[in-house]
Amino acid sequence: MTAPAVLVVGACQAGVQLAASLREGGHDGRVVLVGAEPHLPYQRPPLSKAYLSGEATPESLALRGRSWYDAQGIELVLGERVVEVDLDAAHARTDVGRELPCERLALTTGARVRRLTVPGADLPGVLYLRDLAHADSLAAALPGAQRVVVVGGGFIGLEAAAVSRAKGKDVTVVEFADRLMARAVAPVVSEFYRGAHEARGSRVLLGRGVVGLEGDDRVRGVVLDDGTTLPADLVLVGVGVHPRVELAERLGLTVEQGAVRVDEHAQTSDPRVVAAGDVALLPNPQAPEVLVRLESVQNAVDQAKTAAATLLGRVEPYRALPWFWSDQAGIKLQIAGLSYGWQQAVVRGRPEDESFTVLYLRDGHLLAVDAVNRPADYMAARRGLSRGRVVLSPEAAADESRPLKELLVPVPV
Amino acid sequence: MPRATYIDPAGKEHTLEADAGTSLMDLAVKNGVPGIVAECGGFMNCASCHVYVGQEWTDLVGGPSEGEMDMLDGAMSDVLPTSRLSCQVPLSDGIDGVRVTIAPEQF
Repeated sequence: MTAPAVLVVGACQAGVQLAASLREGGHDGRVVLVGAEPHLPYQRPPLSKAYLSGEATPESLALRGRSWYDAQGIELVLGERVVEVDLDAAHARTDVGRELPCERLALTTGARVRRLTVPGADLPGVLYLRDLAHADSLAAALPGAQRVVVVGGGFIGLEAAAVSRAKGKDVTVVEFADRLMARAVAPVVSEFYRGAHEARGSRVLLGRGVVGLEGDDRVRGVVLDDGTTLPADLVLVGVGVHPRVELAERLGLTVEQGAVRVDEHAQTSDPRVVAAGDVALLPNPQAPEVLVRLESVQNAVDQAKTAAATLLGRVEPYRALPWFWSDQAGIKLQIAGLSYGWQQAVVRGRPEDESFTVLYLRDGHLLAVDAVNRPADYMAARRGLSRGRVVLSPEAAADESRPLKELLVPVPV
Repeated sequence: MPRATYIDPAGKEHTLEADAGTSLMDLAVKNGVPGIVAECGGFMNCASCHVYVGQEWTDLVGGPSEGEMDMLDGAMSDVLPTSRLSCQVPLSDGIDGVRVTIAPEQF
């Protein structure tokens, strides 16, 4: 009896990895990977960085060459959406009527951008950045733009703002919270980045919301909740994403906090269905009693591996150390671990030097590290945190006479 | 088109060619050469594309930058004088025929 046919919905970072891991794990049943976009599956991080600045091409973004899918026996269906899945009958159908086998289902549908709903949000010149089509629109609009307003001071907005500024545009970042990247980093890092963007000529407005967009045939201004209007001929909105849960909902799977709920094995509420990547709500790999959504390449990849293992009948809890990076204005931010729930944030080095490291501590151990232009500290943190619990007091963390590598000695859990 | 030969962790050789400028990492990953993980996609954030440059090629290929050395420092496999992150090594006519051994373990 051959192994079950697996349908992977979402041909992206997580989907490609899931398919790859099934084959690496010896799965010899059919593996079908379906994606709504017409392109070969590609990596997203460069869209707000190298691709936008013209250093990457669509071909260079591809995760694998086409011949790889053929060699692996992974059937690729592009430019179609799965609209119907019947797990009992073990088949599915796409929006053009293509019938596909589906004895097991893997949801790697990712997320779509959250859109502004204020008046004027549909004016031409109001752009988003999630997929290749968005990036192409943005790259085409930038040369002719003079005043760029970026709505949202998260990673995407800030990366795109930095590229725009480097191209000589007048750039203003508007962030609703009182600091940048508020959900991801400590205030010292937020403040550093505000200063770094401003030092390079961008304006950063904090604690301001957008209440409307003005313009006639295209956007001309961004109206803020403090009554001011920012002149703008290009508005880039980066205010988060919504996981694509439509198929999960149609199948009656548990959807919580707007995402597909999975356990530590990437298992959904249906034993025949796994989910991985941006679409999932999962137990925090470092603290499984807390549920999180992780929007990163690392999570897409590692959770997809866990999901594949589950489909292969191997029980491997998802405990991979989360990590992340952001390149803004020539500054490298590298994050190891998740800092939720930190009690102390100890700074080593000096933000003024544009080279420093923040150690996030809780109950006498290390949760996470943010390294700014300090790849050696980042790698020391990844190694230490990957191997166990790192006992570290605030006093020890602050002792800069000892290299971080020496301080981060894990106690195997 | 310049070529590169990879010796994978199982000892098998893979010879591929690509346009000059393609990184050794990119060429390997797009073609499914086993052993190069390259999780971050080639932006020096993961140290999982670690290779050892063949001795006779090291002068032509050159050594790692400081930032690359810092990343290599945390790599899973031993770092040798021939170590490079393959995402930082562009293929060129000058290194046509380069041979690299893929590190046995990647992050």
